[in-house]
Amino acid sequence: MADAPLLEARKLSVEFATREGVVRAVSEVDLDLAAGETLAIVGESGSGKSQMLLSLLGLVARNARVTGSARFKGEELLSAPENRLNEIRGSGIGLVFQDPMTSLNPYLSIGLQLTEPLRIHKGEDRAAAAAQAIDMLKAVHITEPERRMQQYPHQLSGGMRQRVAIAMALICRPEILIADEPTTALDVTVQAQVLSLLREIRERFGTAVILVTHDLGVIAELADRVNVMYAGKIVERGSVEDIFYNCRHPYTEALERSIPQFTEVRPARLTAISGNPPNPVRLPPGCAFAPRCPYRLGVCDQSVPPLETVSPNHTKACFYEGPLGTAAELSA
Amino acid sequence: MSDPILSVRNLRVYFEVSGDGWFGARKVLRAVDGVSFDLDRSETLGIVGESGCGKSTLARAVLGLVQVTSGEVRFMGHDLVHLDHEKLREQRRHLQIIFQDPLSSLDPRMNVGQIIAEPLRSFFPRMSQQERQEKVIDMMRHVGLLPEHINRYPHEFSGGQAQRIGIARALITQPEVVVCDEPVSALDVSIKAQIVNLLADLQAEFGLSLLFIAHDLASVRHVSRRVMVLYLGKVMELAPWDEIYRAPRHPYTQALIQAIPPADPKRARTNPAKPLGGELPSPIAPPSGCVFRTRCPYAVERCAQEEPSLRHVNGSLVACHLAEQIPKPARTA
Repeated sequence: MADAPLLEARKLSVEFATREGVVRAVSEVDLDLAAGETLAIVGESGSGKSQMLLSLLGLVARNARVTGSARFKGEELLSAPENRLNEIRGSGIGLVFQDPMTSLNPYLSIGLQLTEPLRIHKGEDRAAAAAQAIDMLKAVHITEPERRMQQYPHQLSGGMRQRVAIAMALICRPEILIADEPTTALDVTVQAQVLSLLREIRERFGTAVILVTHDLGVIAELADRVNVMYAGKIVERGSVEDIFYNCRHPYTEALERSIPQFTEVRPARLTAISGNPPNPVRLPPGCAFAPRCPYRLGVCDQSVPPLETVSPNHTKACFYEGPLGTAAELSA
Repeated sequence: MSDPILSVRNLRVYFEVSGDGWFGARKVLRAVDGVSFDLDRSETLGIVGESGCGKSTLARAVLGLVQVTSGEVRFMGHDLVHLDHEKLREQRRHLQIIFQDPLSSLDPRMNVGQIIAEPLRSFFPRMSQQERQEKVIDMMRHVGLLPEHINRYPHEFSGGQAQRIGIARALITQPEVVVCDEPVSALDVSIKAQIVNLLADLQAEFGLSLLFIAHDLASVRHVSRRVMVLYLGKVMELAPWDEIYRAPRHPYTQALIQAIPPADPKRARTNPAKPLGGELPSPIAPPSGCVFRTRCPYAVERCAQEEPSLRHVNGSLVACHLAEQIPKPARTA
């Protein structure tokens, strides 16, 4: 572990002014990332996980208000001018999205898209940039890299596009790779390719990874630490072992119990979490998960549980102190 | 054993696609290439395969929504492929579909009541407005929607609730067979389980026969006792779930199993998800012999020359020359 955190966010909030009122997508979130480690952020649609990361890079929509602090190697990102953010986005922090076509331009050849950041951020000449691009395509296991350089995104399969998008995010050797649901749109065998690729990249380049996902299988494969988000807040935070073997928040437990497992014993029913995620415009006054929680106490409807320490690196935001796993069925 | 409710024989769906350049010769894309299976009454058959394996085209061909090139789809004594338009329409109300993306399959300008009632208007034009309304409200209760939401519009619902609307619309005509085309793939984890449980309940209640399509094996295991694995438009393996789990015989089935991440950090460290090498070949120029051979770790020369037929190996149907010799995979999950 490194001495100073590579990335450090404090009380990071993202609010949107909408016609229905102010929506707080991210609410006072703290985030720490050390060099070389992989941090997973898990949560469902609308939990604020993507908005939180986009806010770090100044990529939120115009009607968003971002408050708090976010430092990349000690440098404040939230007040950084656009041209400085542009430099960081290219060479300090790389981004990979769920749909590779979000990051790839359909009108430009793979070669042009891969060499452009090198020429802009690193000032490389055409030949040097092309050589590095071909090396990077090899690193992400693209066959016939020289030919692919001439091709356009539509000529590649979905899995290849995602690997090219990863190559593009890594081309300037960033210290952090943010991967937002990088395997959600992929088939299971292709997902396995991308997971093993991310593992290799991490070892080879020492890149720290922030992995956003709702798939606990992906987390078990890659993560060192896990932040669980619900309705814009972190509700549990710990090592991957804490989260899988000793989880302390009912939402984390529910997520774990609702994944379809490939096991011989077939339960009659899947364990489902009842109800729906809350409307961010009208969050309940207490714990946002309380309306769906099988362990709900009286206090849960009145006040918001603070993040408290379970063990040195394991925190949870929940008033319930009893054992989990006692709600036989989280109701269907 | 009673007769199967749905019987598919040698089904082929080929599409003509344009060739290279402006004047290139037209080419044939074999989306579904000689698929046969039976669906028993009140059974759920899981159909598993990755993008481009032909699973959605197969679903649409069964429902008569795409032009079938050759083969037979027998449903309650009728050959749907050769039925004229009028007669096919009569059968349609017995065969319904639930789509993957709930929101894009619902007309945003219609309210929930209109959406669910539409099949009734279409198939039972003489039904009174009151009877229709009663049936809609009854169905909304069955699928877990609040009847007071009958006048709301699709955008007012979350993904899980929108999928409930899609299910209500599919079931309102009391169909015999429902094709579920990846009904939970687009939903959040916590909602997936709700919808899978709902489909299981409704199946028991109405005695439905389901074709349940998914892109991975883990999602079909909760709903189906038999699984059919497709690759490049062909059946690789068709077997009871227990056989797939204990002794997957086709190398592609094995690859699908080994690619599932174990959702357990300790097991993931010792036995991580194993990628399948190579790329999916183009369905326009599939490999000779066995279509899986270009990515198969066990392929021998015979696989390039002779197409394996689907044959019985113990309790499974497997399309592999080497099914008896291939070792069981190390279990990953």
